[in-house]
Amino acid sequence: MSDVIAQATGLVKTYPPRDKRSAPFTAVDGIDFTLQRGEAFGFLGPNGAGKSSTMRMIACVSPPTAGTLRVLGLDPATDGRRIRARLGVVPQDDALDSELSVRENLLIYGRYFGLSTRLIDERATQLLDFAQLTDKAAERVDALSGGMRRRLTIARSLINEPELLLLDEPTTGLDPQARHVLWDRLFRLKQQGVTLVLTTHYMDEAEQLCDRLVVMDGGKIVAQGSPAELIAKHATREVLELRFGIGEQAAAVEKLRQARTGDRIEELPDRLLWYTAEGDAALAAAHALGLTPVTALVRRASLEDVFLALTGRTLVD
Amino acid sequence: MTTATASPGMALRFYRYCWLHYRRNWKGTIVISVANPLLFLVAIGAGLGAVVGSHVEALGGVSYLAFFAPGMLAAASMQNGMIESAFPVSYQRMPGRAYPVAVSTPLEPVDVLHGHALFMAVKIAIGAAAFCAVMFAFGVAASPLAVLALPAAVLTGFAFAMPVAAWAVTLPDVRPVQTLFKWVVMPLYLFSGTFFATTQLPEAVQHLVALTPLWHGVELCRTLTLGTATWAGSLTHTAYLTALALVGYVVARRNYHRHLHP
Repeated sequence: MSDVIAQATGLVKTYPPRDKRSAPFTAVDGIDFTLQRGEAFGFLGPNGAGKSSTMRMIACVSPPTAGTLRVLGLDPATDGRRIRARLGVVPQDDALDSELSVRENLLIYGRYFGLSTRLIDERATQLLDFAQLTDKAAERVDALSGGMRRRLTIARSLINEPELLLLDEPTTGLDPQARHVLWDRLFRLKQQGVTLVLTTHYMDEAEQLCDRLVVMDGGKIVAQGSPAELIAKHATREVLELRFGIGEQAAAVEKLRQARTGDRIEELPDRLLWYTAEGDAALAAAHALGLTPVTALVRRASLEDVFLALTGRTLVD
Repeated sequence: MTTATASPGMALRFYRYCWLHYRRNWKGTIVISVANPLLFLVAIGAGLGAVVGSHVEALGGVSYLAFFAPGMLAAASMQNGMIESAFPVSYQRMPGRAYPVAVSTPLEPVDVLHGHALFMAVKIAIGAAAFCAVMFAFGVAASPLAVLALPAAVLTGFAFAMPVAAWAVTLPDVRPVQTLFKWVVMPLYLFSGTFFATTQLPEAVQHLVALTPLWHGVELCRTLTLGTATWAGSLTHTAYLTALALVGYVVARRNYHRHLHP
């Protein structure tokens, strides 16, 4: 089943000026995308790239300034209610009522969708099991850890059995272990056929979860494709990372450029990246040039390298 | 800008949330909204009233308690209207709180406004009913029309709640709310004829006071309770307060949409 679940053409979001002295701010500057049913789709980019604004428009809580947007075949401008009834939303800030219990948070949310108390109870039991929170059901939300809260937010977003699940920075602020637990849950949802759309500024997250993604920067889409396609197109197979002693990097870069390897060299504040087909061969070449890096690491190219190649900047500063 | 049609059923969903949330928080507000006005009624009305002596001419020939109680009813209702709107609205509209959550479901901003406004009205009514019960137990009512002081007090509270909600939903944080209570609520409370007859003020000030909404609420509640209400007076006060509530509602409807679905 490969039908379109959401589609945008020339989508723009401009916010009015906050006060008389400031100018209107264009967060999303004319983007096109098509989301297929059943896929996991990612909006990747640094903070301020326009990812969250895009998500808010898809979620029908923020009307587009220009362009066309269709979600579930409907127009958000006229059918916001009907679309939102079929969406699941996981906001970045969890947005749980911390004074209510875990189960009460699901009850309230289920009621917003007009579900009967009995149906909510039934689904809440299943969802708490899915979110590994069954033994926390009666606890107040403010007693939960960050990872538990995020899992509860995901459980809550599933109460209406959504066709499309929107996740805004789902693992930001979580420790590595909590992230892996969350990825596992999201992967299960994907296996069950739920369409996932997520924003992230973590490359590993995008690589783990997304079938397809777009890279956003400054309100525009700068590249799109599967993680493997993007890496193949915008980076080399391997990357050699070299760290030098303080003050020695500039001289090393100079030497490498003069050697004319034909490979792309990127300078980061703490290390240099050598994009090459064969990392070990490149390291041998560096040694042959008389370079003495403090550490040397050969790795596969990642989406981080794609972003760096496209924008000249790293994702997480 | 498209504004979706309001749905009463959706509004009730948010109203039910308000009660569930209140069940966790009632201890914090019951003192200020119900107990406080009653303590004032007893301490000022009965206590200070005994010192003032009865049948002072400026009070219209009634005891100080009878003069003060319906004024306090209106003032307490105003305060409840503000307490029910200013803090909760500015709090719940923040990222991660109840408003943004509700408007990401089938609820529209206008439904959230309706549900919350209904909750405010019910809370104002409960406070006013408790106050009326005690006031009538003191034997203050001089006319069967006194029962109308209850809806009059609810209207007074609601006439404040709506414009304040319209304002509070635009606030980036709750700090301006403190300012509102210091610089608007307190002066109105003191100078709108609650504690003393405004005829004791200089004439220029009297005209100014007669423009304030609380003065209309106080006059309406007082004349109904003491049996001195006139058709013209009561209709003017009611029209003024209704207009204020309506204007507040219309602005709130626009502001809720702008700020919750930006």
